[in-house]
Amino acid sequence: MNQMETAKVDMPSTPVLPAPKRIKSTALKKAGMGLLYIVLIAIAILQIYPLIWLFELSLKTNQEVFGMSPFALPKHPQWSNYVDAWTSGNIKSYFFNSVWYTIVAVVLTLILASFVTFALTRMQWKLKGFILALFMAAYMIPLHSTLIPLFNIFNHAHLINNPLSIIISYVTFNLPITVMILLGFYKSLPREIEEAAIMDGCSVHRLFFRITLPMTAPVLSTAAIINMIYNWNEFVFVNTFINSEKWKTLTVGVNNFVGQYLTDWGAIGATLVISILPILIAYIFLSDRIIEGLAAGSVKG
Amino acid sequence: MKTVMSKKSVIALYVLPSLILVLILIYIPIVLSGYYGLTDWNGVGKMKFIGLDNYITLIHDKLFWTSTWHSILLGLFSVLSLIGYLIVSLILASKLRGSNLLRKIYIIPMLLSSVAIAQLWVKIYDPNNGMINSILTSLGVEHTPLWLADPKIALYAIFLPIVWQYAGFYIIILYAALINVPEELIEAARIDGANAFQIAYKIKIPLISGVLKVLVILAVVGSLKYFDLIYVMTGGGPGHASEVMASYMYKEAFGKFNFGYGSAIGFGLLVISMAATWLIQKFLKTKSDD
Repeated sequence: MNQMETAKVDMPSTPVLPAPKRIKSTALKKAGMGLLYIVLIAIAILQIYPLIWLFELSLKTNQEVFGMSPFALPKHPQWSNYVDAWTSGNIKSYFFNSVWYTIVAVVLTLILASFVTFALTRMQWKLKGFILALFMAAYMIPLHSTLIPLFNIFNHAHLINNPLSIIISYVTFNLPITVMILLGFYKSLPREIEEAAIMDGCSVHRLFFRITLPMTAPVLSTAAIINMIYNWNEFVFVNTFINSEKWKTLTVGVNNFVGQYLTDWGAIGATLVISILPILIAYIFLSDRIIEGLAAGSVKG
Repeated sequence: MKTVMSKKSVIALYVLPSLILVLILIYIPIVLSGYYGLTDWNGVGKMKFIGLDNYITLIHDKLFWTSTWHSILLGLFSVLSLIGYLIVSLILASKLRGSNLLRKIYIIPMLLSSVAIAQLWVKIYDPNNGMINSILTSLGVEHTPLWLADPKIALYAIFLPIVWQYAGFYIIILYAALINVPEELIEAARIDGANAFQIAYKIKIPLISGVLKVLVILAVVGSLKYFDLIYVMTGGGPGHASEVMASYMYKEAFGKFNFGYGSAIGFGLLVISMAATWLIQKFLKTKSDD
């Protein structure tokens, strides 16, 4: 299915062919278009307003939260909510755990998935189809069915309360979708350069690291950002395999924090904003890649 | 060339690390889950083999079927909401100006963690200080609902943030499929006098039926294993009013330390998900399958 590759190219708005028959209906058409726009913009507001509301909440005092309309703007923005959230509790340590788990897992996933995709699309071997099917099918397996056995496996390996259990899980469970994202790109990549390199006596490893991998940089960045989002937001693995405060990530930490500071909505809001901000900032710069990756990973099956 | 690119040692080196991870962390646990279901086990002590007892209990466990029904309901809702997403995508893909920006806004909730979304919506639904009841009060509603605290509506209340979260995801996929419908076909139909609805219904939708089928599977299977948002928002409560398969499994295993029975539920979740995928594949035959 290579519909997705062209999806990112927005068609230029070509001039509509003159249709003299339909001139009468243009006024009606315009009104209809206006209505459509109103609906579409209303949906956009529904999608974005809760987040704006959260941001406002994060700047309110408790009196404003509990004494006034939820729609009232904060009078004096309480930036101290952010200071409180960042310094009280362990949010800071959760944040940095999330950062380094995410980075390590993304790098490992990209390397391993590139190896597999290279072998699947460039090398000749018998079990290719079967192995590919194995990776694809893994994507459909509900991870919750694996959770208890995984817990037991990690427990026996003494990896409970160890960041390694989290990183291994992130890498493994993201491999199928990453291979899917890479596969389309690898298939569309011209092989002449690689074939020439082999003719010149280039070794496979050299070919992979020096030629193929650099050529796949665009799709690697797409896969990286998708992996980053998944890992940053992951909840159930950390909630299950990690008990100690020291190794928790932001999602689980924030969830516990909210449970502890039930009545301090301002601080809760600030914590939630801190937890989503890195992704939102990444989105501002990489929105096209993210959209492309989300679409590619899901339908190319 | 052939010989270099079919070197077994290189292939093994490139494929085995990933393959071993996927086998050990995904496939073997699936088998183990089925096996643990045959035991009485608290997670740390010795496993006691008890045969099919857990599975027999499971079949007669009303709570399991209630949570399964809740999961199926979520699946049905998700499939129904695909219709809405399809309509929005059809409008967006009709060369509308600004569709790019709109899509970018629609997708934003999809990027956020389910935990953040759940906590945010807990605040939105708050009976006293939340956004929704504030609107209802200003509209003159006297007895505002308790939302997540009301067993009758908790599950349905949870569905709103799910729609909110995934709308953009489905829309970008449908949009991507729709703008790839060949322009000539649409133009030809237009010349023959077809209106926008006929073009959508007779040309565009049939042409993207393959993508639609994939999305139906994603929506159903995704719903059947839905967990994070519900676990954080209600924990399956009040009572078991919003219990789903995954949350029931999680509570039995990691809350009550019934790892044997929890595994049986987890295995049930797997079997039901696989059965649902198979059924959809079977009943939604598209032209590309023939």
